[in-house]
Amino acid sequence: MVFESILFASTVPDDSLHLEEPAFMVDLNINQVVDTALKGKEEYNLKPYFYTLLANTEDIKYRQEVMQDIERQDLYRYLKAFEGDMRNIRKQLAETEKLYYQYHKERVFLDIVIFYGQAMESLAKNLPHLPIKSRGFITFCNYLTSYTESLQFKNLLAEARAIIHELSSIKYSVHIKELRVRVLDFQPGDDYTEEVQATFAKFKQGDVKDYRSGLSYPLGMNHVEAKILDGVAYLNPDAFARLDAFYKGNTRFQDETIVRFDREVQFYLAYFEYIENIKKAGLEFCYPQVSAVDKEIDVTACFDLPLAHKLVSEKKAVVANDFYLKGHERILVVTGPNQGGKTTFARTFGQLHYLAGLGLPVPGSRAKLFLCNNIFTHFEKEENVLNLRSKLEDDLARLHWILGHCTPDTIVIMNEILTSTTLQDGIFLSKKIMEDLTRLDVLCVWVTFIDELASFNEKTVSMVGAVVSGDPSQRTFKFSRMPANGLAYAISVAEKYQLTYSELKKRIIP
Amino acid sequence: MKVFLMFEKDNFETRKKLLPNSAALVQDLELGTLFATMASGDEFIYKIAKEALLSGTFNDIETILYRQDILKDSIENQLVVREIYRLSTEALLSRNEHWWFLSSSPSSVLYSSIASLKDLLGYLKQLKALADEHASHFQSKGFSRFFAMLQKELDEDFMAEAWKHIKELEFHDGALFNTQLGKGNKGYPYQLCKLPQQKQGWVQMLFPRKKPGYTFNVHPRDESGARALREIKDEGVNVVANALAQSMEHIFSFFSMLKTEIAFYTGCLNLHGQLASLGADCSFPQPLPGHLRTHVFRGLYDVSLALAMKQKVVANDAIAENKNLVIITGANQGGKSTFLRSIGLAQLMMQCGMFVPAASFSANTCSQLFSHFKREEDSAMNSGKLDEELSRMSSIADNLSSHSMILFNESFAATNEREGSEIGRQIVNALIEKGVKVFFVTHLYDFAQSFYVRKLENALFLRAERQADGARTFKLVEGEPLQTSFGKDLYNKIFDNPDAGI
Repeated sequence: MVFESILFASTVPDDSLHLEEPAFMVDLNINQVVDTALKGKEEYNLKPYFYTLLANTEDIKYRQEVMQDIERQDLYRYLKAFEGDMRNIRKQLAETEKLYYQYHKERVFLDIVIFYGQAMESLAKNLPHLPIKSRGFITFCNYLTSYTESLQFKNLLAEARAIIHELSSIKYSVHIKELRVRVLDFQPGDDYTEEVQATFAKFKQGDVKDYRSGLSYPLGMNHVEAKILDGVAYLNPDAFARLDAFYKGNTRFQDETIVRFDREVQFYLAYFEYIENIKKAGLEFCYPQVSAVDKEIDVTACFDLPLAHKLVSEKKAVVANDFYLKGHERILVVTGPNQGGKTTFARTFGQLHYLAGLGLPVPGSRAKLFLCNNIFTHFEKEENVLNLRSKLEDDLARLHWILGHCTPDTIVIMNEILTSTTLQDGIFLSKKIMEDLTRLDVLCVWVTFIDELASFNEKTVSMVGAVVSGDPSQRTFKFSRMPANGLAYAISVAEKYQLTYSELKKRIIP
Repeated sequence: MKVFLMFEKDNFETRKKLLPNSAALVQDLELGTLFATMASGDEFIYKIAKEALLSGTFNDIETILYRQDILKDSIENQLVVREIYRLSTEALLSRNEHWWFLSSSPSSVLYSSIASLKDLLGYLKQLKALADEHASHFQSKGFSRFFAMLQKELDEDFMAEAWKHIKELEFHDGALFNTQLGKGNKGYPYQLCKLPQQKQGWVQMLFPRKKPGYTFNVHPRDESGARALREIKDEGVNVVANALAQSMEHIFSFFSMLKTEIAFYTGCLNLHGQLASLGADCSFPQPLPGHLRTHVFRGLYDVSLALAMKQKVVANDAIAENKNLVIITGANQGGKSTFLRSIGLAQLMMQCGMFVPAASFSANTCSQLFSHFKREEDSAMNSGKLDEELSRMSSIADNLSSHSMILFNESFAATNEREGSEIGRQIVNALIEKGVKVFFVTHLYDFAQSFYVRKLENALFLRAERQADGARTFKLVEGEPLQTSFGKDLYNKIFDNPDAGI
């Protein structure tokens, strides 16, 4: 297998990537994950990879292997060094473009080529010693080794080094008297400083101020320095002719496959770095078992990724949940108190499938997930005044569109929809939609206040958010399988304020 | 080159460490008057006098005697000492003439250093001339060494060499830099190197080969070109400019050290002159080893009081051998506080190497001196005042050692006599058993008497004298504590009571 891409097992033409952000990313807060993870990595243009779910489990496996290799710390360290080197090369090449004086520019270029060569050699030397198991890295490693051993690469470096050596050994003298400058062959002479120090050493009482100026030596060159350099070139014509030839002959010295690798591997590093602190806080991630046919799913200790990212940075606790769907079960109907984490739970379901579909580890200790072809979300939205339709109308239009574009491999997530009508209407419409979803056999999470949906048919499973018993104002953010019971919450609130039937009766004075 | 006029083997600046309770001492002993007289309007002398006096208890006897000898020399050669002080002051002021700008480019550092060095070499020459002329009139170890050093170090060779550097670094023949192609084919580092010595034809010397080098001129109106040249020069002279500036700095610090140490003796001369004009005695004390507990003196007076009143004041005599507790009782306004201050002042003056205000004085050195004086009544309630006193005592105790000396003035009297006495007893017993030397002015009869009846061998009791007619002599005599402090006298005096004198 010849190495082509660290992201795809099979060759993927670039036009299959989504360039637009899928609609579900905002509703699931995944845009936050992507934005944060890619901060500082804008130059790699990685968003299309995060916008595009993989189409087959083979690619997922390929990426999971690569990511597992990276999660072994040593490899990560080398990749970061490589990333820094490549970034440096790009930055310096861009700066070189702006340089004006020929011999100056050519020398800077020479340094960049040497730097590039060293970066390649260093990675090629280190990679084979690491415990690499993925197909992606094994083939890349082979590619890199043969590249750095190629005659073309070796000659490039050898010539660059020889020229540097020749230039660096050129010593010369500059005599400045008022505005006249002479560039001369090297004139050996004594150093002043020590003599001056020796003469006045007797007065030394202790350490005194350091008067040395912290002069900086910028990369740029001014016209006087350029003139001096012309003088040096005039005194040493051969060395400078060789430099000139090297520059003109090697403008495209970087290997394209390696440049592509540098960009693509950032996809993994971005995510790795994003979840790093969350892992350190003790939360587990796992590589999900992903199936394109089996819709039985089973997840242990999963959590909302961007929320965890935020809570960990604030040193707050993160609540994890379990859920599963087995047999014919397809739809999780989530009910429970307000502010109890229902939306978070629904988002987590979507995030897990999204991350699994990218071939990345998911937030949870164990996961068996379905490879979906798309995720449709419908979250309650602010009423749009520019839109002539009513909110209910909007809702239904959107639902119609979703149902029209669903395939059995799509995941649908609905959050508190159809609230802008009467309960009876809501129940009626919801049941209609539920029938369609059932017919389509899609996987779905439906957050609702309509208890009746929870026991709609054999495909629905009821998940209820729990409160701390005795103190209903405290949420546990935990969800478990149980029959929906809106009253349970109302009664516990009443108990707290001694307003239940019996309590209130006793308090009423006869 | 070290001055070493304060310590035989050390600089004053590096050793000065003020007593932790300096502020209290300044207040209680009215040291401000003493400092001001020594300074005679010179703030710098004020500062050094203060530092010398308040760090004196850390000196050993050798240092005290070393300074006494130098001070004796100074008194004999006042004009020379004052001239050294003037010279070093002027040398230090010369700095401002060349360093008023903020720019710190190496070229300007070099330029300013050269200007400064030229001045400093002039002052050094004058200093050397003083040494040549007057060294033979000085006897002390300190001055002899100092003058010999000047003569040796500031000889002709040094002066010639120093001037040679200055001339060369003025670059009348241009500057030659060596460098090497570095990053980006820029020359790095540029390093100044010496031009060949031959007066004539050095340019020819530089072109022995056929190839004449590569010459170009920066256009006179090319400002950025001129700046670029300056940058190259700056880089090239950076190190040598630093060396020269640091050399200059070292000479300044030499003058600074000289001014500091000579300031102390100048201050002593000022004080000596004032006391002489009042006709007040002063003498060089005999410091005794720290393990002894001795105070033997004649004609000891409160120098701050004499200076403030501009006249001679009452002096006291005492012989306290193997005593570490002196309790002073007696009449109000009887000179007790004045006496206590004179003890403290003499101790500080002796230990920093000065003469003392007494006809003769001999005492053991102490490691630290503390004062615990009753503070002026303020708006604080009485209970708060005792609290304040004990808190001050506690912070003193944080620093006490058995070779410390402590002066109490009406301490622990903020409460009733029984309680105050008991507190005082417990504190003082602990102190004297640990060997601390205690002077205690009190009108707490219970407290004083309880020590008197114990007939302690290491205790001495002094009493403010009162004549039969009730008039004070302000002299202290040995004597048993008396139960009244003659408040009635005071009352009578103030209210002009006809029964006064009973």
